[in-house]
Amino acid sequence: MTFEQILFYAFAAILVFAAGMVITVRNAVHAALFMVLAFFTSAALWLLLEAEFLAITLVLVYVGAVMVLFLFVVMMLDLNTAPMREGFARYLPVGIVVALLVIAVMAMAVGQRHFGLEQMPVPVPHGADYSNTRELGLLLYTTYVYPFEIAAVILLVAIVAAIALTLRQRGGTKTQNIAEQVAVRRDDRVRLVQMDAEQRK
Amino acid sequence: MIPLSNYLILGAILFCISMAGVFINRKNLIILLMCVELMLLAVNMNFIAFSHYLGDTGGQIFVFFILTVAAAEAAIGLAILVVLFRNRRSINVADLDSLKG
Repeated sequence: MTFEQILFYAFAAILVFAAGMVITVRNAVHAALFMVLAFFTSAALWLLLEAEFLAITLVLVYVGAVMVLFLFVVMMLDLNTAPMREGFARYLPVGIVVALLVIAVMAMAVGQRHFGLEQMPVPVPHGADYSNTRELGLLLYTTYVYPFEIAAVILLVAIVAAIALTLRQRGGTKTQNIAEQVAVRRDDRVRLVQMDAEQRK
Repeated sequence: MIPLSNYLILGAILFCISMAGVFINRKNLIILLMCVELMLLAVNMNFIAFSHYLGDTGGQIFVFFILTVAAAEAAIGLAILVVLFRNRRSINVADLDSLKG
């Protein structure tokens, strides 16, 4: 067994363990933390596949942003998990059976016979001067520049949607109404009074 | 020498675990969202494995876009979750029956 294989099987075992814990632990915070472990191990596996840029992106975007968002939400909500666990034992056998069936079918489809070393030989590893980031950039900013722009728009829409959904006006707070302030006219604020001059005593 | 099939089967196992997670955690919306993220991770694993073994960087570009869309999806999903909790004081899927569907 080579060093690479040892790494692969170790990380794969940790990944499967973490994924199993995510779906079975009682506490949602623990589930989120096991998700972080799963993302770290997949990033390590992607490094084995020479996808360095995406491995770093996975850690930055998922562990750094998405999972922190999950943790924020889990801690912000006051959850009563007991009623949500009901049916866990009842559906556990169904879940296991379906999962095992699908794994068996997929293993037959993508197993050693069709995607083994004879059909798909391991490519020659790139040298130390090969830059995965540069290769991705060359492709992303030329061939895929239009999808790249669309991805930017999707992120913008996501920001706007998330803020618009969660923003709320509480009653009783003192805020300015900008539109009303801009639309004001002189007549609303100033009243000219015509009156006779008064004699000083 | 790790054959491509090992990565593909690992992706399949990951996908099935998250599918079983949807089955057994069908009441908890947060765990359901996490299971969706795990499924996307399994798909990304396949994309990167094929990209490596076929020598085509295009697969990694796809993963890049999947990551983008998944981040947007998680943000909006959690925002909906927060609004839901504010209105119903619960994120139990069984309580979300006002449409009587």
